[in-house]
Amino acid sequence: MTDPRRIKPPMGPDNGWWWDMAAAGKLGIQRCAGCQTLRHPPTPMCGDCHSTQWDTVEASGAGTVCSYTVLTHPQFPGYQYPLIIILVDLAEGTRLTSQLVDCEPENVEFGLPVEMIIQEDPDGFKLPVFKPAGAA
Amino acid sequence: MRDVYLIGIGQTKTTKNAGIRGRYLAADAIEQALESAGLERDRISMLVTGNMMSGMLTQQQQLGALIADVVGLRGIEAATVESACSSGAAAARWAFMGVAGGFHDAAIVCGIERMTHAGREDITAALATAADWELEGCKGESFISLNAKLMKLYMEAYGVTAADFAHFAITAHDNGYTNPNAFLQKQIDFDTYMNSRMLVDPVKLFDAPPVCDGAAAVILACEDVARAAARSGLPLIKVAGSAIGTDSLALAERVDQLQLSGVALSTKRAFAQAGVSKDDIDLFELHDAYTIITSLSLEAAGFAEKGRGVHFGKDGEIALDGKLPISTMGGLKSRGHPVGATGVYQLAETYMQLTGTAGANQVPGAEVALIQNIGGTGATVISHVLMAA
Ligand SMILES: [Zn+2]
Repeated sequence: MTDPRRIKPPMGPDNGWWWDMAAAGKLGIQRCAGCQTLRHPPTPMCGDCHSTQWDTVEASGAGTVCSYTVLTHPQFPGYQYPLIIILVDLAEGTRLTSQLVDCEPENVEFGLPVEMIIQEDPDGFKLPVFKPAGAA
Repeated sequence: MRDVYLIGIGQTKTTKNAGIRGRYLAADAIEQALESAGLERDRISMLVTGNMMSGMLTQQQQLGALIADVVGLRGIEAATVESACSSGAAAARWAFMGVAGGFHDAAIVCGIERMTHAGREDITAALATAADWELEGCKGESFISLNAKLMKLYMEAYGVTAADFAHFAITAHDNGYTNPNAFLQKQIDFDTYMNSRMLVDPVKLFDAPPVCDGAAAVILACEDVARAAARSGLPLIKVAGSAIGTDSLALAERVDQLQLSGVALSTKRAFAQAGVSKDDIDLFELHDAYTIITSLSLEAAGFAEKGRGVHFGKDGEIALDGKLPISTMGGLKSRGHPVGATGVYQLAETYMQLTGTAGANQVPGAEVALIQNIGGTGATVISHVLMAA
């Protein structure tokens, strides 16, 4: 359970689809319609071919920890500490910053296989987070 | 110093609560500008963004590098320039120096502001940081109250009434009515102006600019790049003058409260650089944030005698077909005032006027224009002179 005072990300017509997918229990990735390159977070233009046309794909949710940090200070209201923030290399090749749950801080390590789960705040806000792969 | 040309423009329609993120607005404007200039993006080596409140209202700073990355220009020189409501023109001034000084052959200027998602109190507080916080801001002064103070003093000093300011607002709305990018795309009449809601006496709703979001971009380039990219049939537009004048932030610190010294300095410097005088100016895209600022700007820039600025244009002189058109695409009042983007909208709109592409808003035969963007109540004043070469 996470406090509803968690800072909400900017959501609008241009990136709302990603949050709509999250609300439906899915992890989305933006895909360039010009060169098919996947990218995250959602941006207006492809960094490779500069196309502004894109569509979306659903990620498998599997990934590995590329880097991590365990937050203890300072502490903001709305978050539980120690807070494990991870940078995940998704199986599809893109990266995203997320949170690792169901894991003790001493057990997180580089290369740890993780899988996405949807966390729901008391106010109904749904956020994709990760847990160690195979963990209950 | 090299000659600098304005070779391409882009503007998003000014909007409210559209939920579009700043980086998308900026990318939209920049793509339009690159397309308009017919320039390959690898010719661009500098991006200067103008913004005032992103850090306060969207928790995002470092817009220079961020936007460069978003538009496929990761790696180039990029930074943000801030001078409150004149941040957009300040960004243009910095890019001008980059090109004129020979550091860059082509630079993008992008003005961007997103504010309508925030609460009214947060917006007012963020805007108030443009005043002198120790002397004015912390006393509860807002931009409306500071302009109300000036307007009241002006009315008292010169024996004029609120009705005397109406034609500035009416003209701006007449022009914004036919600008598809304008926020308040509607005409108003004298009664609408007079009966509009009192904000802070004597400033009424139609004396003030609307809060809105928007991004605009222009591309500045050296002569070689400008000539190579030139479109047949369109004249080259030279940035003949670019100058900044400053004054105290606090009104309290000014000996003569009704003299915008920053406007006088900035105008004088830009005119000297361009080798023009007020008689050469075909249109004056001024900073009509408040009708009182329009009056004071016309005086300080030399177009009207002191105390007579408010009467300037009552005979139609400021209309599109008049002797000195102002707010030709609606100005801050009708096109809207997306704070840090406003100065770049002004430059883009003036480019349209000088290239004869302003459509229904075209000022006949416009060749030389003065553009002025003001931070605060006249503390930073940035003037550009654009000329059809
Ligand atoms: Zn691509």
